[in-house]
Amino acid sequence: MRAVITVVGKDKIGIIASVTTMLTEKNINILDISQTILQDFFTMVMIVDTSKSTMKFEEIREALKYQGQKLDLSIRIQHEDIFNSMHTI
Amino acid sequence: MINYNNIMETISMIEREKLDIRTITMGISLLDCIREDSRTCNQKIYDKITKKAEHLVKTGNDIEMEYGIPIINKRISITPMALIAQATSETNYVKFAETLDKAAKEVGVNFIGGYSALVQKGYTKGDEILIKSIPEALNSTERVCSSVNVGNTKSGINMNAVREMGQVIVDTAKLTADRDSIGCAKLVVFANAVEDNPFMAGAFHGVGEPDCVINVGVSGPGVVKVALESCKGKPFDMVADIIKKTSFKITRVGQLVATEASRRLDVPFGIVDLSLAPTPEIGDSVARILEEMGLGACGAPGTTAALALLNDAVKKGGIMASSHVGGLSGAFVPVSEDEGMIEAVKSGALTLEKLEAMTCVCSVGLDMIAIPGDTPAETIAAMIADEAAIGVINNKTTAVRIIPVIGKGVGEEVFFGGLLGSAPIMKVNSFSSKLFIERGGRIPAPVHSMKN
Repeated sequence: MRAVITVVGKDKIGIIASVTTMLTEKNINILDISQTILQDFFTMVMIVDTSKSTMKFEEIREALKYQGQKLDLSIRIQHEDIFNSMHTI
Repeated sequence: MINYNNIMETISMIEREKLDIRTITMGISLLDCIREDSRTCNQKIYDKITKKAEHLVKTGNDIEMEYGIPIINKRISITPMALIAQATSETNYVKFAETLDKAAKEVGVNFIGGYSALVQKGYTKGDEILIKSIPEALNSTERVCSSVNVGNTKSGINMNAVREMGQVIVDTAKLTADRDSIGCAKLVVFANAVEDNPFMAGAFHGVGEPDCVINVGVSGPGVVKVALESCKGKPFDMVADIIKKTSFKITRVGQLVATEASRRLDVPFGIVDLSLAPTPEIGDSVARILEEMGLGACGAPGTTAALALLNDAVKKGGIMASSHVGGLSGAFVPVSEDEGMIEAVKSGALTLEKLEAMTCVCSVGLDMIAIPGDTPAETIAAMIADEAAIGVINNKTTAVRIIPVIGKGVGEEVFFGGLLGSAPIMKVNSFSSKLFIERGGRIPAPVHSMKN
């Protein structure tokens, strides 16, 4: 399943490293990354493929949420179709 | 390819502007549960509902988790109970309401709608028994919702039913007086009721519907309000355009959830109801959209025009976003469930008469309005007649869901809690409608209903 991960929070060193390391451990493939800083706020959008991961989607979601809390960031994962359906005809 | 702005826009709609799916409602036909023996009939009803809706709540929760969009309610609508129960020899249908309540609790839905009768032209035996039992049924159950259709553009208005419903509302209020007459919040009197409405308390599963169907109601007044903040002072052409675009996006999410729920539950997809349904939370109000258009308060002159534009633009934007649009589709104006409306009533900007005018151009009617507990049944019946006339003449659905709060008067407030919110008691015109309501009979169908 292709999903979109969004990371939003205060910028600090090592955010990308910690998130991508975690995805590697869970065997989640990153297909695309886009990242920017908006008024000191770090925002990153990633498109990932979760089909090779042995974890259930719910577990991935919880793990990302937990990781986010540790780093004081908000990390979400959502099925990409919600974005596709809303913004494309 | 990532479109960064699109993704962040969606996230912001969900996180900050309270975009949600208001309800996934499973419509279940009970026609095949009709039995002469009451006990068997009740068993059949219970078995069918609990089997069909077994995975409804879990599926809703799964979709919410995967797509990251809140799905607030999972609900069930059933064939109007008067049609099912009248084959039995029972003279009171409260037992059937209790069976529905039990089934709703078993599958974990918060409301089940369809303790209903369609009497726009007259009563059958079952309609009569069911309507008489509504107060007791709403008192002895928690999750059952009831509705009665008293008029149609094609058949006129059944004024005998209008008169009786005035009394039924008063009786329901009295029976549930210890809980601020909350029974009335679960009772809707309709004209031109639709068969595929997913929203409570007026949902029922029409006889023209399939055996089982998934209908979805979207929401998102907050999203429209925020979108309009970008065009302060601009002409209405632009306002309408922004509402259409926003409504399109909201409805696309509804369509996605409906298709996905239908696939996972292996139940056909019925319709998406593209309504703007407010909640008592800040930032989730229809009144605030109207105010964003430039009104000092909801209820000020101009409110009806603003609501007309909103209602129309919501439909235009949503129609292309869904393969089947249905239900009520438009903007809701339930006073107690809308933070901005509550405020407008308290400040004196919004009156019952203005609300009546607003119901000519929105998708429902006088909804969730608390009135003094000593309002005569005839006055309530006359309010129903007025609303039904608006619906019948204008070819639209209208509804009355008013709560005469026993023991309370104008200026006091009532708290229902949760999605039902709180409401200031509104002033009702005190001149008598008694002789008008006593006439009974039928108001004939309007001339423009003769289209064949």
